[in-house]
Amino acid sequence: MAEKRFALLQGNEACVEGAIAAGMRFFSGYPITPSTEIAENSALRLPQVGGKFIQMEDELGGMAAAIGASVAGVKAMTATSGPGFSLKQENIGYASAAEIPCVIVNVQRSGPSTGLPTSPSQADVMQARWGTHGDHPIIAISPSGVQETYDLTVRAFNLAEKYRTPVILLMDEIVGHLREGVELRPAEEMEIINREVWDDPERARHPYRMDEGQLVPKMTPFGEGVGYNITGLSHDGEGFPTNSNEVTNAAMRRMLDKIEKNLGDIVTYEELMLDDAEVAVISFGGAARSVMGALDKAREMGIKAGMFRPITIWPFPEKQVRELAEKVRHIIVAELNDGQLTLEVERVVGGRCPVSHLGKIDGTVLKPDEILEKLKEVSK
Amino acid sequence: MSSRKELRLAGSGGQGVVLASVILAEAAFMAKKAVAQSQSYGPEARGGMCKAEVVVDDRIIHYTKVEHADFLLALTQESLDKYILDVAPDAVIMIDSSLTVPKAAEGHRVISVPILKTAAEAVGRAMTANIVAVAAINSALNIAPDEVLEQAVLAHIPKGTEELNMKALAEGRKLVK
Repeated sequence: MAEKRFALLQGNEACVEGAIAAGMRFFSGYPITPSTEIAENSALRLPQVGGKFIQMEDELGGMAAAIGASVAGVKAMTATSGPGFSLKQENIGYASAAEIPCVIVNVQRSGPSTGLPTSPSQADVMQARWGTHGDHPIIAISPSGVQETYDLTVRAFNLAEKYRTPVILLMDEIVGHLREGVELRPAEEMEIINREVWDDPERARHPYRMDEGQLVPKMTPFGEGVGYNITGLSHDGEGFPTNSNEVTNAAMRRMLDKIEKNLGDIVTYEELMLDDAEVAVISFGGAARSVMGALDKAREMGIKAGMFRPITIWPFPEKQVRELAEKVRHIIVAELNDGQLTLEVERVVGGRCPVSHLGKIDGTVLKPDEILEKLKEVSK
Repeated sequence: MSSRKELRLAGSGGQGVVLASVILAEAAFMAKKAVAQSQSYGPEARGGMCKAEVVVDDRIIHYTKVEHADFLLALTQESLDKYILDVAPDAVIMIDSSLTVPKAAEGHRVISVPILKTAAEAVGRAMTANIVAVAAINSALNIAPDEVLEQAVLAHIPKGTEELNMKALAEGRKLVK
């Protein structure tokens, strides 16, 4: 599969190819529809590039093994869907607190619980941000097509390595099972980021100590001769548990700041036909393709509509959406859930313009005509 | 006139309509067209209604699903009766000749061909019905040259079944001329 530069692939297959190009050499997981092809293809492809695939006993184990592999210095990924994403949350929190780079793919399906296993949904938006407890840094990015799945999987690894954080690739069944043509750009032609490692092994004994002004500590792979401690408990520069409120506060602030002070690097988005738009549709992932179909028709009918598509879902592109709300008369949020991203958009817009939600919770996709109707309604 | 063509293939789970759609999409991709292929099915491995979709265009594809099919293949009565209701006004409908043409199909061009019988008798294996269908569809719609379609089939079938599937393609082609 990977010897060809251009191929017709499913989103799930492109995810695996992107991961391998980014340097993934370990996958652990438990297959679940509609993410199964990611596990299948990882099992097929990883041994071909000297990597390891392991099917764990459940999703908790899948997440835990990915964290373990990453601590040992190997780029690691796991993939799942809603029910498994719920099970991974505890360990995602651990990766977040212990600052272990890893990529978690969630190919969203219709929930709650086991829901409609083969049907699309985007109802894990809030879970991607707040699924694990406590204030914690997290990045979630969402592709709208197969090419973007390839590209964003590479980016997910880059962000994970650069900021020492779990990154959630928030896919959906639409994109995961969609086949499109994709250019599999080789690693040499892309930016591939690897975590910073201490050259001086003595300094590796202090896994969370860093130089003044740094927000992301360097790390050294376990098993390279230097012992150090990692814990999910609030910890000091040596990685040992602390009850100090001052140390905890400084560590928490620094962990949250490593994301919040780098929004310019982390936040990406697409703007489509917004130059003269009076109505903006905010949409992401597979649902954005329905919006694009609707915009073609709306423009033919003289409705000045455009789309703002957050590619980075978390942290949410607050500044950009606030600016958008100053420009347009109305914002519609089109998403396959009961209004999760709408909540965030309303918060950010803060009354600058009306915000409407257009969603689906029946396991079907939004049809362009349904979006068009809403566009007509708010354009009156 | 839009260059966008929407194809919907429907049948019962296990008949291979998803693979048929993948092969048609692969052929279109090999023929340098923009293509989006998707499918929907229930949790069961066999039985249950199954539909697969291919959107082919000369331009970049925005919406990836079928809105109003320009072409419908139906291999079961249930899928025909359901999906006939939202085809495009000038749609081409291809059905297995064992099916009854519903009233809703009036005004459409209906190609009734013995896909299942051809697979079972002329090719000799009922499971090649999807490949027979792929050839018949390509003859009707000209998605890709014959040799490209052959390459697309070869890319998606198990080793050792090449001869059988090439025979299925040849028999399928004969159904629509």
